[in-house]
Amino acid sequence: MSKSKEVAKPFDGEHDYEGGLAVIDKNPVADPGMEPHRVRMTDKSPAHEKAAARQVTALFVFSMISSFLAIVAYFAFPLSHLSLGNVRANTLFLGLGIAFGMLAIGIGAVHWAKTLMPDAEVSEARHQTRGSEEVRARAIEIINLANQESGFSRRKLIRRTLYGALALFPIPGIILFADLGPLGAEVDEKLRHTAWKKGSRLAKDPYGTPIKASDVTVGSVFHVIPEDLKEYNADGSLNSEYLNEKAKAAVLLVRVDPTDLNPSKGRESWAYDGIVAYSKICTHVGCPVALYEQHTHHLLCPCHQSTFDLSNECAVVFGPASRALPQLPITVDAEGYLVAQSDFNEPVGPSFWER
Amino acid sequence: MAKQSSKKNLRRSPFAAVLVILAGLLISGGGYAAANAVVNANSHVDYTAAQQEEGKRLFAANCASCHGKNAEGTKAAPSLIGVGSASVDFQVGTGRMPGQASGPQLIKKEVQFTAAQTEALAAYVSSLAPGPNVPDEKWLSTSGNTTRGGELFRINCAMCHNAVGAGGALTEGKFAASLKGVEAKHIYEAMLTGPQNMPVFNDNNLTPQDKQDIISYLKYVENNPSAGGEELANLGPVAEGLFAWIFMLGGIVVITIWLGAKSN
Repeated sequence: MSKSKEVAKPFDGEHDYEGGLAVIDKNPVADPGMEPHRVRMTDKSPAHEKAAARQVTALFVFSMISSFLAIVAYFAFPLSHLSLGNVRANTLFLGLGIAFGMLAIGIGAVHWAKTLMPDAEVSEARHQTRGSEEVRARAIEIINLANQESGFSRRKLIRRTLYGALALFPIPGIILFADLGPLGAEVDEKLRHTAWKKGSRLAKDPYGTPIKASDVTVGSVFHVIPEDLKEYNADGSLNSEYLNEKAKAAVLLVRVDPTDLNPSKGRESWAYDGIVAYSKICTHVGCPVALYEQHTHHLLCPCHQSTFDLSNECAVVFGPASRALPQLPITVDAEGYLVAQSDFNEPVGPSFWER
Repeated sequence: MAKQSSKKNLRRSPFAAVLVILAGLLISGGGYAAANAVVNANSHVDYTAAQQEEGKRLFAANCASCHGKNAEGTKAAPSLIGVGSASVDFQVGTGRMPGQASGPQLIKKEVQFTAAQTEALAAYVSSLAPGPNVPDEKWLSTSGNTTRGGELFRINCAMCHNAVGAGGALTEGKFAASLKGVEAKHIYEAMLTGPQNMPVFNDNNLTPQDKQDIISYLKYVENNPSAGGEELANLGPVAEGLFAWIFMLGGIVVITIWLGAKSN
C-alpha cells in the first residue's frame, strides 16, 4: 500500500498526523479569558447611581411629553389646502413628537440597562452542534409517527399529486420571464411607430399651437408635439392613448445657422433652413433630452449625462447612450407651418428586443 | 395708342428692373418688418439722443476692446449689432458684463454700472440695429396665472433650471443659473434674448403673457415655503441623498457605537 492511498485520520486535536511533516499547533488561538471586570461609577458612588436613575426617569417623562405634543400638533395644525404652512408644521411636529416619544423609550431602556442593571461578565460554553443520541432518536421517532399518522408513505395518490403541484408551482414565475424576450408583433409595431405622419403639423407643447417656420428664430428651442394628437376626442371624452403617444412623439425643435449642420447623404432635405427636429426621448433609457446649449449645439440628457451633438445629426459625444437621437424629417406646408415629412425613420427611445 | 406705347416704354425702360427690385424690396422688407414687429410687439422704448451719445462714450471706454469700436465684434467677443436693448440690460444689469475672465461661462458678479449708465448703453446698442427691447412694465408684474406658468416652466425651462428654478449643471463647466432672487425684468430678458448658451424663447414661442405667467410662477415658489420642510437648496436627489448618508446613517452609527459601549 503506497502512502498516498492512506486515508488520513481526522485531526482529533490531540495527536499529530502519523508520519506527516506538518507541525500542528494544537492551540492556534489562545483563549484570552475573561476581561477584568471594571466597576462602574454607578456601582461605586450612590450619587452617580441616583443621577443615572433620574436620567432614565427623565427620558421616560420626555417620551410621555413628546407623545402628548404629537397629539397636540395634530389638532393645533389642522391640514388645509389653503395653508401650506400648516401642512409643514403638522408634518414636522407630529413626526418629531412620535419620533422622540419612541426614541426616548429606547434610549432610556438602554441607559437603564447599561448603568443600573448588573454588569458582571458571564461566560457560557457553546454547546455541541450535533444533537445527543436521545434527541436524534426522538426526532426520528417523531418523523416516523408523523409519517404514520399522515399516511404520507401509504397514500400514494395524495403524495404524487402533491409532488405534481409543487413541480408546477414555480412555472408561472418562469413564464413571466418570457416578457424579457421578444414582445410579439403588436407591441413591436407600437414601439416602431409614433403619432407623427406625413403632413402632421408641429405644434407647441402643451397647448397645441401650430408653429410657423418664421416663428423659429436662430437659437430658438420649441418643445413640440404633433398638432393632430389631441388630449380629448371630438366627442369630449379623454383620449386614453394621449399620454402614451405623447411620450413617444415628443420632439425638440431647434433653429441653427444652416451652415452649422452637417447632414449625411440622403438626409439633407430633413431640415428646413436650419430648423431641425429631433426626438426628445433619450436612446439610453428614455429620459427627455432637452438641455440644449445654444452655442455648442450640445443636447444633454439630465439623467445620465449622455450628450448629443445637434450639429452632427445628434451623434452621441458623451455618456452611456449608444445611438444618435432619431431625426424627424420636416418641411413647411403651403401656409408656412412646419409639418412632418413622415414618421421617424427608426424607432425612438431606448433599445428593445427586436431592435 | 399713345397711352399704350407709354406703358410699353415704361416696361422696357432701363429703369423697369430697378423699379421692380425696389417694389420687391419694399414688400419683402415691409413684410419682414411686420413679422419683426410681431416678434417684439411687447415693448416700445424710446431713448433720447443724449442717452445714445452717453452710451456710445461708455461703450468705447468699457466694451469696445472686446466687442469692437462699432460693436461689430472681434475674435474675443460677438457682434452686438441687432442684439437689442433687452440683451444689454440683462448682461450689464446682472453684472455678467463687462466679463471678468473668459471661461466656460461668464458669471454673475457685482453690477458695474448704474441704472442710468446701463440704460445709456442699451440706448446706444439698440440704435445700431433693431433687436429685442427691454420689456414693458405690464408684463413684469407677478399677477399672472401661476398654474399655467408652472406648466410652461416645467416644459420649457425646468430641464435646465430645475422645477423650482434652483439651477443645475450643464456640460463642461457650464451651468443653468439659479433663478432665485433674479429680477422679473432680467428673467424676461433672458427668455427673450437667450444669453450665453441658453436658447432663445421669442414672443412666438412664449408670448409675453406666457412669460409673465412663468415669472409669476417663479416668484410664487420663491415666496412660499416648501410644504416638505427644509429644501436642501432644492437640488434634488444628490443633496437629499448626501444628507441622508451623512446625518441619518451617521446617526445610526453613533447610536450603534453607544449601544455597544460599556457604561463608564
